[in-house]
Amino acid sequence: MLQADNITIKYGERLAVAGVSLRIQPGEIIAILGPNGAGKSTLLRALNGGIRPTTGEVLLDGQPLNQYPRRVVSRQIAVVAQEGDVRFPVTVLEFVLGGRYASGSTGAWGWETEQDIRVASSVLHETELYELSGRLMNELSGGERQRAVLARALATEASVLLLDEPTANLDLEHQAAILALVRRRSQFHKVAAVVVTHDLNLAAEFSHHVLLMKHGRGLAFGAPTKVLTPELLKELFNVQILVDAHPVTGVPRITPVHQSHR
Amino acid sequence: MTTTSETALKTVPDIRGLDVGRVTLRKTLVACSLLLGTLLIAILATSLFGSEPLPTRASICAIASLGQSSCGLTPDQYAILLQIRLPRILLAAAVGASLAAAGASYQALLRNPLAEPYLLGVSNGAAVGTMIALVFFGSWEWSRPLMAFTGALASTFLVYRLAHSRAGASPERLILSGVIVTTFLSSAIVFVTTLMDATRIRSFTFWLLGDLSGTTTSLLALAMIVAVLGTAVLSANARSLNLLMLGERDAFDLGVEVSKVRLIIFFVASMLVGSSVASSGSVGYVGLVVPHLVRLSLGSDNRITVPAAAFAGALFVVVADTVARTIIAPRELPVGAITALIGAPLFVYLLKRG
Repeated sequence: MLQADNITIKYGERLAVAGVSLRIQPGEIIAILGPNGAGKSTLLRALNGGIRPTTGEVLLDGQPLNQYPRRVVSRQIAVVAQEGDVRFPVTVLEFVLGGRYASGSTGAWGWETEQDIRVASSVLHETELYELSGRLMNELSGGERQRAVLARALATEASVLLLDEPTANLDLEHQAAILALVRRRSQFHKVAAVVVTHDLNLAAEFSHHVLLMKHGRGLAFGAPTKVLTPELLKELFNVQILVDAHPVTGVPRITPVHQSHR
Repeated sequence: MTTTSETALKTVPDIRGLDVGRVTLRKTLVACSLLLGTLLIAILATSLFGSEPLPTRASICAIASLGQSSCGLTPDQYAILLQIRLPRILLAAAVGASLAAAGASYQALLRNPLAEPYLLGVSNGAAVGTMIALVFFGSWEWSRPLMAFTGALASTFLVYRLAHSRAGASPERLILSGVIVTTFLSSAIVFVTTLMDATRIRSFTFWLLGDLSGTTTSLLALAMIVAVLGTAVLSANARSLNLLMLGERDAFDLGVEVSKVRLIIFFVASMLVGSSVASSGSVGYVGLVVPHLVRLSLGSDNRITVPAAAFAGALFVVVADTVARTIIAPRELPVGAITALIGAPLFVYLLKRG
């Protein structure tokens, strides 16, 4: 359904993404891993049309993204990114209802329908924010705010989720909760997810496919067990890495071996 | 049986609890009607204030008959009421509505509670336009609002360009850009003033501070029409503004045609500021004070903030101008002096609070 076709993105002379192709199927979770500045977030933004590739194309159901009206794209692709500061007193409910913009009426003013409220209410329950729905966004803790951003993305009912470090601000419990939520969506609603993360173990446990990126290029793509090898990870991060099987789940377990311990 | 009702409970959550405090069409209409009612009462009431006392009942009767009947007023009283006071009050309402609605929209679009036509330099841009029109195309009346609009639009884009670096715009950077544009345009104003003769300069300095006394019927009509239509267009884009208020990137991701909406807002807000300035100079701080108070009482959903700010802005300037023309009667203050007296301390407060 969503496909990046050999895309290259240049910022001036700097090559941020260099000839990456990616095909995202319904229900599939793809993790993008790589060092800082590898072009992961840039690639993610290109998948949603936020950045136009210098060459190559991003196709949604076979058609280039920029041939769709913006609303149509936003109904199908939702983004979870780090939230900037909210400078106005906006409540959690108002914030989450923002996710219903693209599916809303285009008429003057555009008031939410009962269906919009129902969707917002159910994602607020899912993200355990229902009790806080009347609170102001800038009164929330970092973790609560991050969940609100996810809730807003879920409220779009999009079939593709693009997540840029969705667990960066979260404690262990809420990391697990958010990932479980995304996984449930992928399992039961065939929602596809592309996750940019620095957490290798999380990617190993949670994704169907992993894309390793370095200097804007795709280094490897495949199932976690195939791609998360000591050799590839050493090439990716320039750090000695130990990979063994997780004692409970059996997925690859990644442990960096720091110089000082040798 | 139990399972189905349990699933039903899960999939159809109770939504009544969520409706509390949410801005709805109903709430918006109620708030706007109340404000409109208050505004109409204020227009009637303030038309009775002034250096020349007028009989209350006869005056209300004359206004209510839309000038068809004199209701026993003397010709002088009738002229003062309907040809001097009422047009001025209506202009105050139009200017207040325009500036407040424009201010609320600038604030949402630029993500900055401090954004305001006067502080951004937009009013000054319109003022330069008006003055150029006066000096070079003085005979053609419509050149003034046209040039004011052009000046407002040009300075809006200039400030926007200056404020946005690659890293985005910080509130401070925006205000600094506004200051730079304002001071630059102020020197342009001084330059144009030197082209005028001495007798006109005094009335110009008065006008620059915001003066509602010297308008024409056609400029009044234009200001009122632009105020109503402009507010309507801004309100129609309010849901997009709600998302833009959280950042252009978020708005884009959620389906807003960012550059199109931004262009509409800039264009319409410049028209509102341009028509206000062409008829009454730069009345400052209305676009700061009024939206702030509206957000405090009604929340920051722009679908209610923008129209409510228009009504409240009209009310604010009608009252401020009544103070301006009565407090040291028979002499008058420019209304901009009154609004700045209230607005500047609030600006400091907002800046301090961060």
